[in-house]
Amino acid sequence: MTDTATTRAVRLAAEPLREAGPRPGFATGTLSSLRDIAAHSELMGFLVRRELKSRYKDSALGFFWSLIRPLAMLLIYYVALGKFLGAARSIPDFAIFIYTGLTAWGLFAEVVTVGTASIVANSGLIKKVYLPREVFPLSTVGSAVFSFLIQLGILIAATAVVGRFPTGIRWFYFPLSLAVLLVFSTALALLLSAVNVYLRDVGYLVEVALMILFWGSPIVYSWSLVHRQLLKYPTLEQLYLLNPITLVVCGFQRTFWVAGDAQPFQVTALGERLGIALVVGVLLLWVCQRTFARLQANFAQEL
Amino acid sequence: MDGTPVIRIENVSKRFVIRKEKSLKERLVNFGRSNLHKDDFWALQDVDLEVSTGSTVGLIGPNGSGKSTLLKMIGGILQPTSGSVHLRGRLAALLELGAGFHPDLTGRENVYLNASILGLSKKQTDLHFDAMVDFSGIEPFIDTQVKFYSSGMYVRLAFAVAVHVDPDILLVDEVLAVGDEQFQRKCLERIRGFQHEGRTIVLVTHGLDQVAEFCDRAVVLEHGKVTADGLPRDALKVLRADFEATRQEEVDRQDEAATRPLARFTGIALRSDSGATGHPSLMTGEGLTVAVEIEATAPLEDWEIGVGISTPLGTALYSTNTRLLGVKLDRHVGPGRFEFHLGQLALGEGDYSVHTSLTGSDGTEIDLVPQAAEFSVEGDGRSQGTLAARAQFLAL
Repeated sequence: MTDTATTRAVRLAAEPLREAGPRPGFATGTLSSLRDIAAHSELMGFLVRRELKSRYKDSALGFFWSLIRPLAMLLIYYVALGKFLGAARSIPDFAIFIYTGLTAWGLFAEVVTVGTASIVANSGLIKKVYLPREVFPLSTVGSAVFSFLIQLGILIAATAVVGRFPTGIRWFYFPLSLAVLLVFSTALALLLSAVNVYLRDVGYLVEVALMILFWGSPIVYSWSLVHRQLLKYPTLEQLYLLNPITLVVCGFQRTFWVAGDAQPFQVTALGERLGIALVVGVLLLWVCQRTFARLQANFAQEL
Repeated sequence: MDGTPVIRIENVSKRFVIRKEKSLKERLVNFGRSNLHKDDFWALQDVDLEVSTGSTVGLIGPNGSGKSTLLKMIGGILQPTSGSVHLRGRLAALLELGAGFHPDLTGRENVYLNASILGLSKKQTDLHFDAMVDFSGIEPFIDTQVKFYSSGMYVRLAFAVAVHVDPDILLVDEVLAVGDEQFQRKCLERIRGFQHEGRTIVLVTHGLDQVAEFCDRAVVLEHGKVTADGLPRDALKVLRADFEATRQEEVDRQDEAATRPLARFTGIALRSDSGATGHPSLMTGEGLTVAVEIEATAPLEDWEIGVGISTPLGTALYSTNTRLLGVKLDRHVGPGRFEFHLGQLALGEGDYSVHTSLTGSDGTEIDLVPQAAEFSVEGDGRSQGTLAARAQFLAL
């Protein structure tokens, strides 16, 4: 035997035996899962870059396309809802208002839809190499955040253009809402991507659910309108406010939609609500990750 | 087996449930009868295996015997239904080359991505990048999208990345035979290098010669069970005997249906030039006589008899038949005796076996005895290998 061989043998003899593949255990595996994911953070970076690079490869406009979709949506809603249906009359700075909601919503929708499909889309890799499979849904979060940041840049520029740039305490709501948004969308992406392996119906289900959720959140209409309609039904109103996306959209609007201060009604105790949502979200994220860890054992054979 | 065990497989069984439905609707509709739509398939049953550091183990067996399943279980890709798999050290799996390649990315980007999937950090990849590209031999195309690559270039690049990972355990599944001959030689050299560096290699392959060449241990799997485990030559013997049994069964089945002439070997005997019989022992350069006895129950027209010599591992060294010798055999019924004389066998020291065959006019095999008789050759201790030569050395 050569020297390298001997050193290797000695080193290996000192190492303990470990179990192949993911560690079992619902509660106990959290730490080792986190360690595994952290060890693959560089790979996640590569996957995000792969996602972004391949998305607009060979297209002449490239990343510009990631802006065209939300801008087109903005235009549609601005003209159809704002002008034709007259929503712009009761909502000042309607364009900023809509774009704020769409920016937040875009991030959520992209993480959930692309994340749900991520495991199935990477089945070739999952069947051939063992990696902590969480990296696939998590890397879609990364690429979604990238396009979100571009949109956010435009939004901030737009607020400066209309002369109502958000200042001071307003900015407090933004990181809080963003955290809630990321935590919830990541949790859902993890859970749904795992379930999608066993039941391909999930992909279609997500499409429908997202559509309902889109109209169930104050993105293209203002919270004041909802409040006015639900005055007599406080329970329904509280139910409406339980939707974390509603809170997130309101939080975004509180930051970027400066003209919204003049609205007759505001969501009360928004900060507290967001705080609670964040705690619930983190808990949900943990449960979803553990469920994911449970389900991933059979990924390779189900795909 | 000495050394520290790096892979310990205890009592591993793997069950696949074959479901015939997938959608929610189908499951709801068939909820009560869901068991009707399930089939159990045991890919592995109670497999115990321990592999120690620095050994090269070949997993062999017929198709569907559970080799790849076992390999995936070692790699952590599949989970055992019962039992456990434990490992030591860093593991890399060459299960399918280029599994992580993205067609839209360039070769360079894919190298980094794939290396990262196999567990190399960016810094390590930077370090090995030139060596990888050099090894793959596709340098001019490294900044081209891989979708434009030929399939050979694709596997070359993938293999180049894979062999530059620094694993303690390497799992290889049927990927050694990639690229052209020159590249294959490079790959095999690399694997030899790995062995030299004390890495453990687990190899799944159908190339039995590769197993004989590389492995110091072979495990035969059949229907999810280990049927042989030991030196490659012993394991290969077991596997070849099984293949032979399966083949014979098939031939027998065909015989029942077919109406072609039925004939078989009833006896085979060896005799060396010096007169030794039974399991004769020859000196290098001595000749061998192979006498065969056949029994034809139906008339044989336009037929051939063949003999050959192979190594104990089954590599054919020599074979000839009556057609090649320019002999036309007459129509034949009933028993008959024939003799081949193989003169001046320049064989090296070792054991050899003789195989005989009966072939019909249309090339169909009538009878084949893969290990009809054995003999050994005694050398003078001046050489190794199966070929003998009169060697001389001169300093010039």
